[in-house]
Amino acid sequence: MERSVVFAGFGGQGVLFAGQLLAHAAADAGLHVTWIPSYGPEMRGGTANCTVVVGDEPIGSPLVRHPDMVVAMNLPSTDKYEPLVKPGGVLIVNGSLVTRPIEREDIQVIVIPANEMAEKLGSQRMANVVMLGALQEAGDILVGMEDLEEALRNYLPARHAHLLEANIQALHAGAAFVRERALAPA
Amino acid sequence: MSKELWKGNEALAEAAIRAGAEAFFGYPITPQSELLEYMSRRMPELGRVFLQAESEIGAINMVYGAASAGVRVMTSSSSPGISLMQEGLSYIAGSEVPVVLVDIMRGGPGLGNIQPSQGDYNQMVKSAGHGDFHSIVLAPSTLQEAIDLIYDSFELAFRYRTIVVILGDGSLGQMMEPVEMPPFKEWPNERPDWALRGAKGRPPNLITSLYLGAEKLEALNLRLQEKLARIKAHEQRHATFMAEDAETLIVAFGTVGRIATSAVRQARAEGMKVGLFRPITLWPWPEEALDALLETGRIKNILVVEMNAGQMLEDVERIVARRVPVRFYGRMGGAIPLPDDILPILREMQGRPAGEMAATEPVLA
Repeated sequence: MERSVVFAGFGGQGVLFAGQLLAHAAADAGLHVTWIPSYGPEMRGGTANCTVVVGDEPIGSPLVRHPDMVVAMNLPSTDKYEPLVKPGGVLIVNGSLVTRPIEREDIQVIVIPANEMAEKLGSQRMANVVMLGALQEAGDILVGMEDLEEALRNYLPARHAHLLEANIQALHAGAAFVRERALAPA
Repeated sequence: MSKELWKGNEALAEAAIRAGAEAFFGYPITPQSELLEYMSRRMPELGRVFLQAESEIGAINMVYGAASAGVRVMTSSSSPGISLMQEGLSYIAGSEVPVVLVDIMRGGPGLGNIQPSQGDYNQMVKSAGHGDFHSIVLAPSTLQEAIDLIYDSFELAFRYRTIVVILGDGSLGQMMEPVEMPPFKEWPNERPDWALRGAKGRPPNLITSLYLGAEKLEALNLRLQEKLARIKAHEQRHATFMAEDAETLIVAFGTVGRIATSAVRQARAEGMKVGLFRPITLWPWPEEALDALLETGRIKNILVVEMNAGQMLEDVERIVARRVPVRFYGRMGGAIPLPDDILPILREMQGRPAGEMAATEPVLA
């Protein structure tokens, strides 16, 4: 059993950190996991991404051509990864920055106003954690909400300690958005 | 919980420190710089030596000096930086002093790029400089293996008075994985009797690679060859994955070795008898083990996969010696071969329709 997730967005949106939170949560839950960032010319162009592979067996390839799940924080990432998500997979799109319709019909798409939701909770910079919460609810990432919460408690950098509770709220807000959307009439 | 998430470059640095590294001399270069940065913080904390040299040439000659004093010394760099170090590495080999070197390979030739590559195979495995010598070259495929290999590298370097190379690539340096850090190693206080520590009360030692007389230089070379033969006899290491009943065998090292395990799993899920042979020592190459697998007669064909144009392929072909067909798949310039790329080739080699060929645009780290 193995799951692959790509987190992609502008540098500064915290996509690498969101991936690390998932990786920490998986590692601390005793799962196998790899986290690998884009560190090449793409990053210089202003976008960043990382790939996280979680599994119950040692991870082979840390990179995948077609990820099971993608968290796209901006338009360039959405344009790049919408066609690459594995059929049947999950695409979480930051609706605060991506206003175009998503065309794929063979995947589950969640468009979530992550910036506004994070802003309401205290800081737009927690949009990455809102998206991570939405991912946990929408997709099967093999780690639970409590594992991600624990990862926030253990690995949120000390300089952001005052935002810990807000981050935990952001995580739950992302998940709640997905649950409510599932209940809403189509 | 003993496993912690570490970044490759930093894990290598911490493991080297726990292995007993007393001095680090280096010069920053992507995608290896975090190793040096980590050393710059951690070594002074422990009262050990960290020095950023003026260049890779300066660094390797500082390493040469410290190694001559019997100090556990190391450096790290990436491909173009390693090229700069070649003269010093040859002097170190000729002088028979122990050194640990980490090469986190990037795309070449030339300045190339900072993406992962295995283009230094020839440079590191065939000879890291002029003259007849080989370093022991260790090729980890996971962060835990990288830690375990560097942890024992000073023993290997001192046992044989040789260079030990940890050969990784940019993705190994940049990625994170849960690992278990080993404890700090205890070393005896005495220095080897060949070391330059001040000759008060004993005849002076001489560390040199300069022998103007042919007789003496040939004698050194014969001694080096005898040592290389001993290393070859005792230090071949490899790993296999589902190779017991394999008909098609992938041969791959380092990062490509771990990627190949995914291809093997997918091939097995399709009912194909595919396995993996992964050399851990690239010098000495584990030829006895590959030879033994071939001697079973089960292997029908071999696929070599590398992030270069087929540098290890030449070694595999030499060992296989035309007993079975050998195919090659390689990506260059920072592109990484993925299981999707490898699978259609495996199907063909198993006499099946290749199926839809994967897209070949590079997936970049």
